[in-house]
Amino acid sequence: MIVADKKLELVTLTERQKKARRNRSIAIGIALAALVVIFYAVTIVRFGHHGASLTSSGLLGGG
Amino acid sequence: MALADDRLMEDAGFRISEATAGDFFALLKPRVMSLVVFTAFVGLVAAPVSVNPLIAMVAILAIAIGAGASGALNMWYDADIDAVMTRTANRPVPAGRVSPGEALGFGLVLSALSVMTLGVLVNWLSASLLAFTIFFYAVVYTMWLKRWTPQNIVIGGAAGAIPPVIGWAAVTGSVSLESVILFLIIFLWTPPHFWALALFKSDDYARAGIPMMPNVAGQASTRRQIFAYALILAPVGVLPWALGYTTAGYGVVSAVLGLGFVWYAWKVLRMRDDDRAMKPAKALFAYSLLYLFAIFAVYLVDCVVGRALMMGGV
Repeated sequence: MIVADKKLELVTLTERQKKARRNRSIAIGIALAALVVIFYAVTIVRFGHHGASLTSSGLLGGG
Repeated sequence: MALADDRLMEDAGFRISEATAGDFFALLKPRVMSLVVFTAFVGLVAAPVSVNPLIAMVAILAIAIGAGASGALNMWYDADIDAVMTRTANRPVPAGRVSPGEALGFGLVLSALSVMTLGVLVNWLSASLLAFTIFFYAVVYTMWLKRWTPQNIVIGGAAGAIPPVIGWAAVTGSVSLESVILFLIIFLWTPPHFWALALFKSDDYARAGIPMMPNVAGQASTRRQIFAYALILAPVGVLPWALGYTTAGYGVVSAVLGLGFVWYAWKVLRMRDDDRAMKPAKALFAYSLLYLFAIFAVYLVDCVVGRALMMGGV
């Protein structure tokens, strides 16, 4: 009951801290996006090869 | 208000980070990483198997991040000694821009990420070698050898010498004598390179309590050992040609580079005990960087040109 009446105490970030956090967030975002692109592209390359070899061997109905 | 908040948080053991992405990038030791990337790239290109360029790029990226991760772990553990050395006092952790916990977390996450990426997307032999390298550099060298023995960089140098083997393994899925020779060149290059630095930075190392060779065995002994390593390194640098892996062009250039190394090491050997400027040691340090870059660059060019000539039927 007492807690409900109290205003929640928040930490106020300085401009420098806000700027640093934004800078880190952008870097993490870029790194994650790059990771997604890399894994996607390599998967296509690897499965592309694998698919091609399966097709040429007749296992996927080709050749 | 915010400043008061900061103090309260710090008193309570919390700290709001002001570290930028650049500070975290500095934890990766970009200059060391560039050497790792270059030597790994040479190992990758020298391998006698063609590989998809994207896979090759991912392999190099993973090796670079793994090397950077071990650098971050090194900076986390060595923050106390980095703080008292002029050369390293401004690194992110001792300078207070990144907390030790952040550096540790960053290093561990990148270690796992780089090894897993290399394993899943390239092959598990190269990933195992990368994992071993990170462990060797962060645990065996940083936590154990560095503060314990003057042979620290001799044994620890193995970690910095493995990248061309990883590059080779990423393409071939195996380790061969040719890649081991590339390993040997860097392994034998490391002691004279770092001991030259330790000669003119011996006060720094003494202040930090690191048992580098000049501080433990003395400058005269260090100069003799530098010269001995130079005498071994010079012929090993020529081995790829002697064993028939390269053309005579590489053989000639590597022999000249090796003679240059021996010449600079000889000047260090002849350096007087009371020489405070230590110009020969500084010159050897600078030349050693040029030597490693040049010998790997010539090896790379030799491989590429040799392959192009073979494909052209010349």
